[in-house]
Amino acid sequence: MSASAQLPAPPQPVEEVQPPSTEVGVLGWLHHNLFNSKLNGLLTIVLGVVVLVVIIGLAQWMLFDARWGVITDNMRLFLVGRFPQEEIWRVWLALTLVSLASGLTAGSSSSGAVRMLATMLMAGQLMLAALILVSGLGLVAALALVAGAVVVLLAMLIAGRFRIRRLWTSLIWLAAAISGVLLLAGLGETSILPTVSTTVWGGLLLTMVLSVAGILLSFPLGVLLAVGRRSRLPVVRIVSTTYIELIRAVPLISILFMAQFLFPLVLPEGLRIDNVIRAIGGITLFSAAYVAENVRGGLQAIPAGQHEAAFAIGLRTWQTTVFIVLPQALRITIPANVGLFISLLKDTTLAYIIGLLEILGIGRAVLAQPEWLGTQFEVYFFVAAVFFVLSYTLSQASYRLEKELGIGER
Amino acid sequence: MPDDQGHERTSIPFYRDVRVLAVITQVVFLAAVLLVLGWLLNNLLVNSAIRGITTSFSWLDLRAGFTPGESVIPYTVDDTYARALFVGLLNTIMVSVVGIFLATLIGLVFGVARLSSNWLVSKIALTYVEIFRNTPVLVQLLVIYFVIFLQMPRVQESIVLPLDMYLSQRGFYMPRPEVAENGVIWFVAVIVALIGFFGLWWYAGRREADGRPTLGLRWIASGVLIGLPLLVWLLIPGGPIAFENPELGTFNMSGGLRFSPEFAAMTVGLALFTAAFIAEVIRGGIQAVSKGQLEAARTIGLKEGEVLRLVILPQALRVIVPPLTSQYLNLIKNSSLALAIGFADVFNVSRTISEQTGQPVSVLLIVMAVYLIISLLTSVLMNFYNRMVQIHER
Repeated sequence: MSASAQLPAPPQPVEEVQPPSTEVGVLGWLHHNLFNSKLNGLLTIVLGVVVLVVIIGLAQWMLFDARWGVITDNMRLFLVGRFPQEEIWRVWLALTLVSLASGLTAGSSSSGAVRMLATMLMAGQLMLAALILVSGLGLVAALALVAGAVVVLLAMLIAGRFRIRRLWTSLIWLAAAISGVLLLAGLGETSILPTVSTTVWGGLLLTMVLSVAGILLSFPLGVLLAVGRRSRLPVVRIVSTTYIELIRAVPLISILFMAQFLFPLVLPEGLRIDNVIRAIGGITLFSAAYVAENVRGGLQAIPAGQHEAAFAIGLRTWQTTVFIVLPQALRITIPANVGLFISLLKDTTLAYIIGLLEILGIGRAVLAQPEWLGTQFEVYFFVAAVFFVLSYTLSQASYRLEKELGIGER
Repeated sequence: MPDDQGHERTSIPFYRDVRVLAVITQVVFLAAVLLVLGWLLNNLLVNSAIRGITTSFSWLDLRAGFTPGESVIPYTVDDTYARALFVGLLNTIMVSVVGIFLATLIGLVFGVARLSSNWLVSKIALTYVEIFRNTPVLVQLLVIYFVIFLQMPRVQESIVLPLDMYLSQRGFYMPRPEVAENGVIWFVAVIVALIGFFGLWWYAGRREADGRPTLGLRWIASGVLIGLPLLVWLLIPGGPIAFENPELGTFNMSGGLRFSPEFAAMTVGLALFTAAFIAEVIRGGIQAVSKGQLEAARTIGLKEGEVLRLVILPQALRVIVPPLTSQYLNLIKNSSLALAIGFADVFNVSRTISEQTGQPVSVLLIVMAVYLIISLLTSVLMNFYNRMVQIHER
């Protein structure tokens, strides 16, 4: 008699039942996301047809009907305006300096968002190089831009090996900015770098100059205004608040016109400033109020304990503000200020109304030529696409930065 | 002088006394601000005198000699600059009000669409939002005006829309509603119905709060609201509102209500741009209501409509209203871009006046004051609404 006879039969393997084919894989995805009810199914079909028609129509226009010659033939205007041909290397060199500084910063930084921005600068230069090649603007310009992209990559790799300290990257940025401005504007008529009048600056170059100068110059003013608005001294508070609220209540275009007409009038007789500087001044005064509101948000987020602790160890009010509160507040306002920069970048198109030839102004000037009659959509499409690429990528980087800083998760 | 503990009391020197320091700082700050302003003002006066610019506002009463492109009030070439500015102001308000209405509507649709369970719907909404948020509003306005509205067919070949509406290069034409004979009676009936509706509804609420049956009063109220105007409408022969239809003549449309291409481009352009931001505001507001609220509301047996009306919306509105206010203000300020497409808003009119009179400073001051007042009024209105939707804690 064997024990095994009394043992129950070994359990049959459980039959694996596959989920219905409509719940998994492609079919399941379709079922859940597009056809989860009769109404949604109908909506999907109708909208799908509409989307297809739009995409096919747009593709057809872009590939066959559009006269892209209006862009490629005027590519130089769109990029740098009427910047003299023989001095154009200075623009590329300035861009390469910025590439170097960005690459070094990104390589030494542990922030993914900063590295993403440097990568975008690299990709952007390669894209520009491709555009230049297509437009037959010359191999040299295209190579200069490819070189700029390579500089970003190399600088990132080198800085990745030997982490450069923040003090040094800051100094490199300062040097790049100063030499960039000198390269673009020149040192005087007789020197090796002849002066290039700002009246011939234009296109994407001018768009970038207006927005970058605007945000950088408005930043210190905005910080002062924000601190002033939070001051315990009523007079300081009232003056700052009045400035911020007055500026925020009026449209940018009215400030630009004011800069155009009022700046020459309120400055002493004989001091003449040109159009571009006036526009930068107007943009600076305008965005300072918005920077101030962003920074105020940051200041309010710093807990009162920080003030009290600083006071307890004997710091004075200004020391508390400069060494304790501002460093923390400014850090968390970076994403908001990137957002401000994005909207400022788009708002520089308003400079076209006061007669500057930034990228939209160039577009309008090109459209005024009789040979390019009827190419409006091509021109606006190109201008909008340039802004879309810049604005979309910047906002993605800002979103990433926000996550890294942990804003909104505390 | 020793105090009661026997310590020697030293008085604080005035230059270390925070109270004195505060006063001194403020006086110095104010003096510096006034000094800079005074210097600028002095330069302004000197330079103005040299160039023959006055800072007075006497030009307001002069004959303007030009007509703004369109006007909702009667206006002739002989009217004053002040009246021209007023015409511009009315146009700005018109564009802003219609633009805000359209933007809120479009933004609501796309904001809700972003949250749709239908993948295609939410992706279309996302594409819309990204395209309009990431391109300059000025470029959008130029495209809508020059590429869409000015490329419409000539007036003889107008696109005929249903309900006697026409779309052409000359703009958008629709029937002009007019109060017909005896039509006033109908409007009176509407007002009576409204009063009756709110009265009955309020009374039903009172009864409900006291625990008494509502006796179907809410149904009766709704019946009054719909029934009374309908009844009176049918009683008046030909209806209370007559429509004057636009007629296509040989060269132009006549009659009807006309919206110029400039007006149409401004409202549509501003609405589409602002709607992209409003959509994000509304999506954020709805997502800010915690999921537990939705589940709890369903658990206690509320119907889907009630869940939305009584639970989700009141909580979402608290988050939505403040950023919505700043979007409305942005739309109003962006209406000054009318200059680029030639719509006669207050800013555009002021540019013409400034060129004609050669008084850029005082004209700009007036216009900036106008925007300041509009912005303040909108803020006050929206803050009032905001206070209504916030939690009233007891």
